[in-house]
Amino acid sequence: MQRMRQFELRIQQTYRSGVMPGFIHLYVGEEAVAAGVCAHLSREDYVTSTHRGHGHALAKGVPVKEAFAEIWGKPTGVNGGRGGSMHIYDPSCGFLGTNGIVAAGIPIASGAAMAASLRGDGHVAVSFFGDGAVNNCAFHEGINLAAALMLPVVFVCENNLYATETPFHRVTRNTNVASRAAAYGIPGIGIDGNDVLEVHRVAGEAIARARAGEGPTLIECATYRPLGHFEGDPGTGYRPKEEIAEWKLRDPIDRLALAAMQAGLVAEAELRDIERQVEREIEEAYEFARLSPEADAATVTDFVYA
Amino acid sequence: MPEERNIQYVEASVEALQEEMRRDSSIFYIGQGIGQRGGNFKQSKGLWEEFGDRRVRDMPISELGQVGMGVGAAMAGARPVVDIVFLDMIMEAMGQIVEQAATIHYTSNGKFKVPLVVRAAMGSARCTGPHHSRCFYSWFAHIPGLKVVLPSSAADVKGLMKTAIRDDGPVIFIEHKFFYNKKGPVPTGEYAIPFGVANVCRKGKDVTILAMSLMVWHALEAAERLQKEGISVEVIDPRTIVPFDEQTLLESVRKTGRLLIVDEAQQFCGFSAEAAAVVSSKAFDSLDAPVSRLGALHTPHPFNPVLEAAMLPSVDGIVAEVRRLVAS
Ligand SMILES: Cc1ncc(C[n+]2csc(CCOP(=O)(O)OP(=O)(O)O)c2C)c(N)n1
Ligand SMILES: [Mg+2]
Repeated sequence: MQRMRQFELRIQQTYRSGVMPGFIHLYVGEEAVAAGVCAHLSREDYVTSTHRGHGHALAKGVPVKEAFAEIWGKPTGVNGGRGGSMHIYDPSCGFLGTNGIVAAGIPIASGAAMAASLRGDGHVAVSFFGDGAVNNCAFHEGINLAAALMLPVVFVCENNLYATETPFHRVTRNTNVASRAAAYGIPGIGIDGNDVLEVHRVAGEAIARARAGEGPTLIECATYRPLGHFEGDPGTGYRPKEEIAEWKLRDPIDRLALAAMQAGLVAEAELRDIERQVEREIEEAYEFARLSPEADAATVTDFVYA
Repeated sequence: MPEERNIQYVEASVEALQEEMRRDSSIFYIGQGIGQRGGNFKQSKGLWEEFGDRRVRDMPISELGQVGMGVGAAMAGARPVVDIVFLDMIMEAMGQIVEQAATIHYTSNGKFKVPLVVRAAMGSARCTGPHHSRCFYSWFAHIPGLKVVLPSSAADVKGLMKTAIRDDGPVIFIEHKFFYNKKGPVPTGEYAIPFGVANVCRKGKDVTILAMSLMVWHALEAAERLQKEGISVEVIDPRTIVPFDEQTLLESVRKTGRLLIVDEAQQFCGFSAEAAAVVSSKAFDSLDAPVSRLGALHTPHPFNPVLEAAMLPSVDGIVAEVRRLVAS
């Protein structure tokens, strides 16, 4: 979680300095979901992600340096800078992409699960998506197909209450995402997405079910995006200040740190050590990306066709 | 000459699938009604019996979901064939085809391949109306990353399907529903037809006709009639419009000096315009007349038979246009 948090804050800082092209959506505040789920996945398992996907990429094992350089558009990035923030792919760790299209990763995860199930290799797929995805046909079709074929896939909704500036309750009558699982005849469970231990426990059960051939699960993680929708959006015009403040108190990293200290599992100094260690790692990634050369225009037509 | 049999176009396509699925266990086939039923057009007949439910699977009416699953499975090491049945329904899946399948190899810097075949049948089969007649091939040709195949004969459908399945990228494989059950000679042995190699279906010296899919048949029939009038027509079928074999077309036009492009899709902003531009810019000096095009009118497909005939290119129309070209 520290890695995701510091990575995003460093990206934010770099972006604000004006050297990074494009636009970015930060995962700050939602780290418990990616961390709790991906802890159960091996490099051979699959993940599909979203426009807010840096955290998923790191949690699934995309190297920090190459991720940083990719978001910066550098040729040393994991995809040569050709993709950027919303098109990060890494077959070496089963990362099937962040995605510029809301909900598109859902059926793709079902497909990866189908390939795994045909091989019978016990691997699973996880699809992360926001509340904005659940009213899209790709959600319905992707989950229904996975359920009909009993595929080894787990659907993880990061319900942060807003899709850009639109509150979820304004665009659907049924705001209980987990309850929608009933429509597909699969288990659905709503949890506190800012409690990494709860995410870890519930995701572990769902992933174990998937691996055992017992089919898909839908998990709704209640979480929040304390920052704006994209970097540059102050995120305050459409939400009460109290709501933002209240959710900041439920920061997933602070909560885990506090719980671990109270349980006597870790001393504050050790946590600071972790922070500093991650800080160095992120700084190296930043420097790596910064010092990377510009892309060569002659490569623009490479890789159009396989 | 290799040995041949006369079999249906649709049977030839099934043979290709069968042989490839036997060869490579990572190939699976999904679509609506393609399992035990064997497909609307018998285009998957026998596959379910041979390969079972795991590799030949009936789908709900979820075109976008099907193609999305195909994309994910292809990224995860399988070789899916997704049957959309009627090309018209492919519109439901456009997002997955364009934004995902076509784009991922490029944006991943070549790290992910998407070996996916999306198969569908296009065209009017006499009064099939606006929702079951469309010919959307130019839409896909416009998208970088997609290959677009339009087989016009039984032998081609088999050889091109094999190449499509073996290709490491997404292929839009568009058959014509009108001649699914027409017979043609098909070689007995193993063969595959490479993409980007046009077929000179008929040699001639006065006029070149470039035509795809069913229009190849129309062009050949027109050429036969024109022969009796002493007009010698060369008929070229590109077989794949992406990649497009410019060379064969240019060589033919340099010889005949006249070109007619016949396009079953709406002519406006379509592939025929691209082919015309290629010839105008690369063989202008060889042209004895402006490039001519015959395409569908800019209307939806009407159901009424009189209106439908008025909308689509016909053999009579081709004959008349060739006469005009030769006289000019
Ligand atoms: C199909 C589609 N429609 C619209 C958009 C524009 N868009 C980008 S992000 C976003 C909101 C997504 O909200 P949600 O899924 O809840 O994710 P969050 O940003 O809250 O993490 C929208 C509408 C898009 N990318 N894709
Ligand atoms: Mg949201």
